[in-house]
Amino acid sequence: MVERRPALDFLAHAVLIIGVLIVAFPVYITFVASTHTSQEIVQTPMPLLPGAHLFENYRDALLGTGHGMGSNAAVGRMMFVSLVTALLITVGKIAISLLSAFAMVYFRFRFRMVFFWAIFVTLMLPVEVRIAPTYKVVADLGMLNTFAGLTVPLIASATATFLFRQFFLTVPDELVEAARIDGAGPMRFFKDMLLPLSATSIAALFVIQFIYGWNQYLWPLLVTTDESMYPVVIGIKRMISGGDAQNEWNLVMATAMLAMIPPALVVMLMQKWFVKGLVDTEK
Amino acid sequence: MASEKRVVFKSGWLPWALLAPQAVVIAVFFFWPAAQALLQSLQQSDAFGTSVEWVGLENFRNLWNDPTYLASFKTTAIFSVLVAVLGLALSLMLAIFADRVIKGAAFYKTLLIWPYAVAPAVAGVLWLFMFAPGMGIVSYALGAAGFEWNHLLNGTHAMTLIVMAAVWKQISYNFLFFLAGLQSIPKSLIEAAAIDGARPWRRFWTMQLPLLSPTTFFLLVINIVYAFFDTFAIVDAATKGGPGKDTSILVYKVYYDGFKAMDLGGSAAQSVVLMVIVVALTVVQFRFVEKKVNYQ
Repeated sequence: MVERRPALDFLAHAVLIIGVLIVAFPVYITFVASTHTSQEIVQTPMPLLPGAHLFENYRDALLGTGHGMGSNAAVGRMMFVSLVTALLITVGKIAISLLSAFAMVYFRFRFRMVFFWAIFVTLMLPVEVRIAPTYKVVADLGMLNTFAGLTVPLIASATATFLFRQFFLTVPDELVEAARIDGAGPMRFFKDMLLPLSATSIAALFVIQFIYGWNQYLWPLLVTTDESMYPVVIGIKRMISGGDAQNEWNLVMATAMLAMIPPALVVMLMQKWFVKGLVDTEK
Repeated sequence: MASEKRVVFKSGWLPWALLAPQAVVIAVFFFWPAAQALLQSLQQSDAFGTSVEWVGLENFRNLWNDPTYLASFKTTAIFSVLVAVLGLALSLMLAIFADRVIKGAAFYKTLLIWPYAVAPAVAGVLWLFMFAPGMGIVSYALGAAGFEWNHLLNGTHAMTLIVMAAVWKQISYNFLFFLAGLQSIPKSLIEAAAIDGARPWRRFWTMQLPLLSPTTFFLLVINIVYAFFDTFAIVDAATKGGPGKDTSILVYKVYYDGFKAMDLGGSAAQSVVLMVIVVALTVVQFRFVEKKVNYQ
């Protein structure tokens, strides 16, 4: 601190506390709504303190035993789909990016720069600008309503490739020479030297990409039409059916809580990696 | 940092094998569809794809003559400016105060960063629930205060709703970068200014804000990209582009025209326009944002 200004310190804490409360308010309301019956919620004003139906709401949501007008698919299954999708996207992205960065940094071959720029250009082709043709490709390959369709089109990653490339460039050349003298081939060097050295970058990317995979919306909205393949983020949307009063808002909100908990936990528990990942991926 | 290795491995086939997975994925799911979009933007086909004819640039001409498309441009511009400016201003304020607090800064940080983890679609549903006319807690409070809130009928209310949800989700990201930027400003600079008699308010305007300008510019680009492309889910969950077309941003319109209205040529032409926008934003980002936050 530069100088003592008690009034300013007080103001700082006040602003931060108000900020934290405003940021948390929507989630608090969601939690409260997920502990009441649907009748209690639709009467105005809705209760502002948690109710007594927490257990049955979460059970109904997870098992799909609600009676809403919209979809009543089991959220337990959706959580499983989301988890598998997020993990496949994360692991897939990290794996193919590690391999291609290794190839581009540690080998000389024709068209190396062509690959470099081809990967770079994918930064400029987000799903949003090529949705219809990409959907057609996936449909033609018979990948609608499959885990492959949900994940493979999303696992190319220019940011991850360039992150690993930057990192590999900082690895001392002496390590390669030492590996050579010891008779290790390129894949041995990759596995025993580069991978362990990349552990922190991998951890940071894991956090960012897990959240990215878990929170996907537009792509699963297109490629899943079967309830058993809905990720939870899509499931919430399908539970809301037009009119406000017919929805079982208690179950919708319980599902929203369930959808938020895994990525929020990842961010808060792995905060150090999360911050590193955010900073690194924007370089 | 060197951009090339002096020591490399020698193998004719191994680099190709290593690159193959990435190459296949980007060829099949990026370049082929993007080429298709370009091709389709020059064609006119019916909804079942039974007849296709070349129409040259007619799809683009139709877009420029389509008032709903121009309106969507305007909607997107208003939306992204509001999201970027409000998001940056609020998170800068929180970061300035968090930078000042010594005890508890890490605690506030933890409590402010988690909205980043919330899916945009879930953020849309949360805000929709609070503001739902007739039952939402905030719309009830507004009604009690004499303000009739109805985003289902009033376009301005609907826009306000998606801006709030989008800003809420993005504050944590901006906050982290602003805080890192502020903390990398040397304390000695601030102390020297304080000794010279500059009060906190003046130090903010004449020192901290100018020194933060690389961070601010970087975040501005990131926030515009976010508002353009990552808010589809918020719009779809909270307003579905309505009432009418009042919150139908460009990305929502591409989706709607392509998948709901089945206008493939028109949707493809819109995709091409969006591609041009992304290319422009990416160029800006790499051309001007290179030298960010490295002033310690």
